[in-house]
Amino acid sequence: MNIKRVCAAAVLGSMIAAVPAMAEGKVYYLNFKPEADQAWQDLAAVYTEQTGVEVKVVTAAAGTYDDTLTAEMDKSDAPTMFQIGNQGAVNSWGDYAVILDDSDIVAEQVTDVYNQKNSDGETVSVGYCYESYGIIVNKALLKEAGYDVADINNFETLKAAADDIHARAEELGFDAFSSAGLDGSSSWRFSGHLANMPLYYQFRDGDVTEQPAEITDAYLDNFKAIWDLYITDSATTGSDLLAATGDQSEAEFMSGKAVFYQNGTWEYNNLIAGGMNAEDITMIPIYCGVEGEEEAGLCSGTENCWAVNNEASDEDIQATLDFMTWVVTSEEGTTMLAEQFGATPFKSAKTPENVFLAAAQELEAAGKYTVTWAFNWTPAVDDWRAAVVDAMGQYTAGTGEWDAVVSAFVDGWAVQYANDHA
Amino acid sequence: MKKLKHDPAALNSKLIRRPIQRCFWLFLLPTFVAFCIGFLYPFLQGIYLSFCKFKTIKKAEFVFLDNYVTALKDPGFVHAFWFTALFTITTVILINVLAFAVAYALTRGIKGSNLFRTVFFMPNLIGGIVLGYIWSMIFEGVFSHFGTSLLLKSSLGFWGLVILVCWQQIGYMMIVYVAGINAVPDDIVEAAKIDGATGWQTLKSIIIPNVMPSITICTFLTLTNGFKLFDQNLALTEGRPFIQQAGNAIKTTEMMALNIFNSFYASGGSNRGIGQAKAVMFFILVAAISLIQLSVTRKREVQQ
Repeated sequence: MNIKRVCAAAVLGSMIAAVPAMAEGKVYYLNFKPEADQAWQDLAAVYTEQTGVEVKVVTAAAGTYDDTLTAEMDKSDAPTMFQIGNQGAVNSWGDYAVILDDSDIVAEQVTDVYNQKNSDGETVSVGYCYESYGIIVNKALLKEAGYDVADINNFETLKAAADDIHARAEELGFDAFSSAGLDGSSSWRFSGHLANMPLYYQFRDGDVTEQPAEITDAYLDNFKAIWDLYITDSATTGSDLLAATGDQSEAEFMSGKAVFYQNGTWEYNNLIAGGMNAEDITMIPIYCGVEGEEEAGLCSGTENCWAVNNEASDEDIQATLDFMTWVVTSEEGTTMLAEQFGATPFKSAKTPENVFLAAAQELEAAGKYTVTWAFNWTPAVDDWRAAVVDAMGQYTAGTGEWDAVVSAFVDGWAVQYANDHA
Repeated sequence: MKKLKHDPAALNSKLIRRPIQRCFWLFLLPTFVAFCIGFLYPFLQGIYLSFCKFKTIKKAEFVFLDNYVTALKDPGFVHAFWFTALFTITTVILINVLAFAVAYALTRGIKGSNLFRTVFFMPNLIGGIVLGYIWSMIFEGVFSHFGTSLLLKSSLGFWGLVILVCWQQIGYMMIVYVAGINAVPDDIVEAAKIDGATGWQTLKSIIIPNVMPSITICTFLTLTNGFKLFDQNLALTEGRPFIQQAGNAIKTTEMMALNIFNSFYASGGSNRGIGQAKAVMFFILVAAISLIQLSVTRKREVQQ
């Protein structure tokens, strides 16, 4: 008898304890930046401590975000907060997103250019930071070779400096570009970021404002010119580049074996942690020989856009919206965003220490045009990039023609667009 | 003899057996439920989903045969089929011949044969992904001296995969053959020797017919392993190099399992039903080939 009563009381007690927690709603954030995982876990713990709302942060392993998201969305305990960062994701996941036009977080933004919108013009995800990429320069080494960053303002001057440094590499002890590896850990810098150059310029010329079904080969000669420069004026060339990794390229730059290194603002913390001085490094635009590129700024944009799962319960949706607003307004949240993500488009944003973002702002302030992330429109982005990388690899190793790259680029786009819209 | 009070045979009496027999379903139930949850239901749902257009299974839309049509029109899938078939034939022959040869050698009473058996078996204990990356480093290390790469030539990729799989599976098949050869009755071998049979005749007419059961099982294993190969393929070549064909990238070293995986998880995979349809066709194919192979080799088994 007694045992039964105790059991009953225990069961009843646990139910009572569970009820308020459920009514408050909870947040489940599927993060896609492995490098920011710890910061998110810490921030979630702070929020839970302050408000009592449960925040679970799960980070997808590098390169598996979309697979993880698909698997998680099918569970009953699906993520309430996830990323919709590009056009492809809007096509796939737009139906799963709460429309955020009237939300508090949008009201906190200073600009909506980083948000993703669906075909009806409704906001499906909110850009919470932006990033820039370009060519990272070791100013100290460049000076040693007899050049100044200010001298480089177009493709000709970049090529002249790089060719000269490469020719004198043995005497100088360093080469022009760090290895342009085509291993999966590095190839996205070229099939994604570098490929943005021809895409951006042809979309600019054609006033393209939504995902095009087809692209042309305009500016692909410029793409070839800059790629040839990367794979010629470097210590690693030819078929060795096929298996060269991102870590290798980073290490070459960090250890002072290369002057130029194409990467983004997110590399700043790694480079400083690797022992580089903030005053020795800066970032310049990617020059590829387009007319008027002296006026170009860095390539800025974002794939970091939060979306809220519309299949979650109303309490969970509200809890998630509250959490998002807290992250961009609270002291702890804005500090974390500034440290981990740099520039954020919110009223309460803190200024980042990152010198690359400072360079981006400087160029913007000087009236240079921002090269936006046209690659956000890439259809079936992983497949498209894999084909481009393979063709670039064969061209680089000398077993394939540049025509195959053009075909993978232009025809591949049309095919993947058709697949996406089948 | 008088029956004991607690005769164990009494447990076998019909009075006790009948009620137990009548409740046989009760005893089968837990396993059957597990079988349904873990196999039957997902399998049937998988077949159903192959007729649907879906991204998540919550929102599946029935489209009947569309997925099958699209899958068969995919040049990459057709290429993957022929590549896999060629690969499987090559590896089935190589692995079985080499494994049998090694097993035969190690049952001749060579010194240290136990050590050799262990060493040959060990590659089998390493996971496919790890093996793939290790071998890719080995191959790239060699090929970079010749200014080429596994990712540049389909033929290199093909033989790379063959070498890797042989290295991994020969040891396992060898163990099966060693057991089979050891089970051949000594008296038959001795009788053959007395009758003046040469080593080759003994092997051909005595040993091989007697190890047919081992050959059946090894052929079955290598055949299905060849068709189902996935992680080694993913880690070693990822299907590269590609051929650009009017925007379609044909992945020249992509095998069927990887092709299915890629179409299922393609980033533009707004329709996973295509991958699902491919998987169903793949299942039917592997099942059919295995059944044919089993019935053919079983016929050649002899009774000892």
